[in-house]
Amino acid sequence: MLLKKPKRDAAEINGSSMADIAFLLLIFFLVTTTINVDTGIGLVLPPPLTDDTPPPPVKQRNMMNILVNAQGFVLMDEQPVQLVDVKQTLKDFIKNPERDETLAESPLKAIVSIKTVRETPYSIYIDMLDEVMGAYKELRDEASLANYGKTFDKLGSDSEQRKAIADMYPKKISIAEPDKE
Amino acid sequence: MAHFKKKQAGSKQEIPTSAMPDVVFMLLFFFMVTTVLREVTLKVRIDLTEAGNIEKIEEKRLVSYIYIGPEKLDNNQLGEDKIQIDDAIVSDIASIRKLMYDKLLEEPRMIVSLRVDKDSEFGVLTDVQEELKQASALRVNYSTKNEN
Repeated sequence: MLLKKPKRDAAEINGSSMADIAFLLLIFFLVTTTINVDTGIGLVLPPPLTDDTPPPPVKQRNMMNILVNAQGFVLMDEQPVQLVDVKQTLKDFIKNPERDETLAESPLKAIVSIKTVRETPYSIYIDMLDEVMGAYKELRDEASLANYGKTFDKLGSDSEQRKAIADMYPKKISIAEPDKE
Repeated sequence: MAHFKKKQAGSKQEIPTSAMPDVVFMLLFFFMVTTVLREVTLKVRIDLTEAGNIEKIEEKRLVSYIYIGPEKLDNNQLGEDKIQIDDAIVSDIASIRKLMYDKLLEEPRMIVSLRVDKDSEFGVLTDVQEELKQASALRVNYSTKNEN
């Protein structure tokens, strides 16, 4: 006669250390993760010039020529300017509240041209660009606060309001090529 | 004399911990998915400059990087300014055009992020920009740190 074996208990794996293992892995990934969002100054380059298209006509008063040399000295429309004053000068130029004959006709027509020499350190160039962006940001914030009661950043990313303000002060920045020696 | 008798809990109170591994695994998967392991080894030194009026690039998939900075030499010294794309140093500037054009075909909304060392000269950058224009990769971004 065959004796039936007594039924065994179901085998169990001790799962209490599973949490510890998972924690260990979790901490590893926590430490190695770098959630670095790339930040920087965005710009759209102009399309390449072909030889047969003449440069578009621009009135001299609508153009702000910024020259930066290798030592970081700044000339704005032939006037030497300190870097800290660049922003204010630009805002006056773009907005032209007193309808000055020498400044831009309207913000829509204002063009900022930045020209450097090949030897200019990159950081000086970025400082310059930063000031230009700062001037536009302040103007846009100003207009946005006046019209909608909140700053430009707070407007929805695809909203009509944002577009309206951006159209009011379009960023027309031209990066001129340094002269070849 | 009045006695305060400490109340004793009738039965043992326990928090069920059987779901803990699940919770932890969920967190684990989140971090595993978001982790981007560094995919390029920098052959040039990149010490970014700082700026105040900066914006974030949300769509990381669109970004392709160009690194410009002094080359790292073996004996811990720095050499000439070089351009690095992906894993290699590009010595022939004219080849950038083709490289970037190919990348643009893959991702038409590409943003070129220029990571430039703060001490490099503008001349190299302008050469690169000229190539980018020719490749019609016109959206650029100058990577900077936040100065605030």
